[in-house]
Amino acid sequence: MNELETKCPNTWCPGCGNFGILMAIKQTIDELIKRGTPKEKIVLVSDIGCNSKIVDYINVNSFYSLHGRPITTAEGIKLANSDLRVIVFTGDGGTFNEGSSHFIHAARRNANINVFLHNNRLFALTTGQFTAVSPKGLKGKSTPEGNVEEPFNLPELAMAAKASFIARGYSVKVDHLKKMMLEAINHEGFSFLEILQPCPSFFDTAKDYNERTYEAINPEIDSKEKALGFIREWNYNGEGKIPLGVFYKTERLHYEEEINKGTEDNKVDIKKCLATHL
Amino acid sequence: MNNKEFSIIVGGAAGQGSRKAGLIIAKLFNELGYNIFIHEDYQSLIKGGHNFSKIMVSDKEVLCERDKVEFLLALDKNTIVQHESRLTSDGKIVFNKDKIDFDKGIGVAAETITKEAGGIPIMSNTALIGALAKIIGVDFSVLSNVLEKEIKKELEKNKDVAKRAYDSVESLMKVEATGKNPKPLLTGNEAIALGAVSAGLEKYIAYPMTPATSVLHYLADHKEELNVATIQMEDEISVVNMAIGSAYAGKRTMVGTSGGGFALMTEAISLSAMSETPLVIINSQRTGPATGVPTYSGQSDLLFTLASGHGDFTRFIIAPSDVNEAFIWSNKIMNLAWKYQTPAILLVDKELSENTFPFDETLINSVKKEEGLMFDGNGEYSRYKNAENGISPMAFPGEIRDTVKSTSYEHDEKGITVEDALSIILMQEKRLRKFKEMEKEVDNLKAVKTYGKGSKVIICWGSNKGVSREVGEKLGMKVVQPIILQPFPTKQMQKALEGAEEIILVESNATAQMEHVLNSYGIKVDRKILKYDGRPFTLEELESKIKE
Ligand SMILES: Cc1ncc(C[n+]2csc(CCOP(=O)(O)OP(=O)(O)O)c2C)c(N)n1
Ligand code: SF4
Repeated sequence: MNELETKCPNTWCPGCGNFGILMAIKQTIDELIKRGTPKEKIVLVSDIGCNSKIVDYINVNSFYSLHGRPITTAEGIKLANSDLRVIVFTGDGGTFNEGSSHFIHAARRNANINVFLHNNRLFALTTGQFTAVSPKGLKGKSTPEGNVEEPFNLPELAMAAKASFIARGYSVKVDHLKKMMLEAINHEGFSFLEILQPCPSFFDTAKDYNERTYEAINPEIDSKEKALGFIREWNYNGEGKIPLGVFYKTERLHYEEEINKGTEDNKVDIKKCLATHL
Repeated sequence: MNNKEFSIIVGGAAGQGSRKAGLIIAKLFNELGYNIFIHEDYQSLIKGGHNFSKIMVSDKEVLCERDKVEFLLALDKNTIVQHESRLTSDGKIVFNKDKIDFDKGIGVAAETITKEAGGIPIMSNTALIGALAKIIGVDFSVLSNVLEKEIKKELEKNKDVAKRAYDSVESLMKVEATGKNPKPLLTGNEAIALGAVSAGLEKYIAYPMTPATSVLHYLADHKEELNVATIQMEDEISVVNMAIGSAYAGKRTMVGTSGGGFALMTEAISLSAMSETPLVIINSQRTGPATGVPTYSGQSDLLFTLASGHGDFTRFIIAPSDVNEAFIWSNKIMNLAWKYQTPAILLVDKELSENTFPFDETLINSVKKEEGLMFDGNGEYSRYKNAENGISPMAFPGEIRDTVKSTSYEHDEKGITVEDALSIILMQEKRLRKFKEMEKEVDNLKAVKTYGKGSKVIICWGSNKGVSREVGEKLGMKVVQPIILQPFPTKQMQKALEGAEEIILVESNATAQMEHVLNSYGIKVDRKILKYDGRPFTLEELESKIKE
């Protein structure tokens, strides 16, 4: 795995769920290379946050973008070069607070990119404030009496936004997570992989997730109803089981193919254009 | 009436087609070899209100709007009410007499004629054009040619309407052909689009905002000839970040907006500077602040644009004034953005973006795509190599075996995040050396233009050059026009101002923003003439203000 190492010292807290995600993505990239994707055709794009440091730790092409904006950067990269496999690493704060509009629009237009969400259910790098997916009542530095807002159900939101691939993994279950990552990357079109990620420093959910998560299999992978059945088992508050797995997958034309249509041949004729101005 | 120079107004409610009519009239004179300048005045509404095109026609260069009007073509009564006072003593009002109750001028039974030809009400504008052609003594065949080029729907019916109206009025004069060839007529936005294409533009990304929107429309409409993919995104933030992603992956990309959208883009301007990713933004100014007056003009974004984005960095900011400059500098700014891997802003305004000017076609042979500095493949690639002149060779992901890492964080040569003092200084100083190179580049370009001679000087920038030049010529004054505004061409400005005894600044904003800029480079202005009503200076207006 040496080829994927960088010299950057890792600054995540001991026990951080991001380590599991790092391990899984490195194994995934190894696997992709083994199956014939040249390493240089992979581009990682990240947000700003604890999660986003991941691009410093992997010796693969990357664009470390702005907080909230990596999905749009990734859409630009894919627009420019559709041969690239573009993977976004982002946090729940970055993508469902600061950049929520980009998520729903990229999903809707079926941009052919992969969004891997490190979901620790709060802002970690800014030392622990609630996000749009924090449980109601979460006590953080900005909400000492408890957060009063209802959380989003992310896969449900992704479904409403017409995402063509929706899955959930858990950073502790690295093998399963790797499987999810590979499936997401191999999906042609917009893929959303939510990764449950405990943050031992601000919101240690590991014990809870270990008890409540289970691997679900949707027998009818392109059935929205079936998918929503699994998705609604957990509402980001309360009790109950938390399903992991690919919830939903469907095929449709992807954005970059359609939007670049008719401009592939690179022939430019300014004179001909000027003739229309006489 | 001078048969060699006219100004013509075509006006009506929105939806009556006055703008298209204006363009057809302009092309009629263009066919005869006249110079053209069209000023568009329209409101931010879709139906109703009052819109007009003012077409200046001359056998000499015509660079700006005149107050006086020789022909007033009225599609509704309001057009007469609004503009009658500007009519010269022998000026003529040509109007739709089926709709307008008016006892002077030349009434054309536009609606009756349209009905007889089996047309629809909007063809009334074709009727007025047909009548005008006869009044000024232009052969119907010339008009027929222009209609064939300009009208896509119901051409035959339109020709029929035009001919019936042509035959219904008397000829009052004979406008002769000049013997010169017609020139392509372009709006500033069209010239900007073409200039960028000549420098290798492949993707144009935008969110609709007047007065920049027509760049998007134009490139979309001319995909076949220009081969640019046009993308409309969910907001200006996604527009600009997508453009940065596209440039990182190697494609020349441009975005366009106006003040409000530009404000939303500023965080990413800073990202472009830090990540050293080429970025070209068109900022077409409207009357500000906030939503301001969307379809009217201004120059009040100057200081904001000069300081756009957080952090220490230099951007290219270039302010062309007419279509020829728009084309040349749009090409240049794209090349510069890629040569210096930097944000670059084309600062224009509604007057340039949407007015129509004759274009000098030979310019297309004087421009090309200039390649940026690329990695030569020797040794291991470092995106931010600490080069002597600060310009690190580029490489695009997927095109080399090595890793290409770009970032918004302060970074080392490889693009890995750093926080220690020495690394921060190293990279900031690398960028500072690059900014020095950008300054040298400006010194070697014609960044300041001067016109005429004299110890009395007008300083103007952007679209005010046209009117300043005409007035300067008339009054024997020198006109100095800085085109590159950042890095500021200090030496060239000082040289242009040598021997100046009185400096008058002409600007379209309320706080003399250019004065602040000039002062910071030690240039003092004696008098300033400011206009902030969204409208351009007319020839007569600026002349009288200067004489005050
Ligand atoms: C425009 C902007 N606003 C705020 C910040 C500060 N900031 C940095 S990281 C972060 C939140 C990170 O939370 P999340 O995206 O959930 O990632 P995590 O740190 O939890 O992995 C914020 C608000 C920023 N960098 N940019
Ligand atoms: S604060 Fe939380 S998310 Fe950030 S590194 Fe520490 S444990 Fe991980």
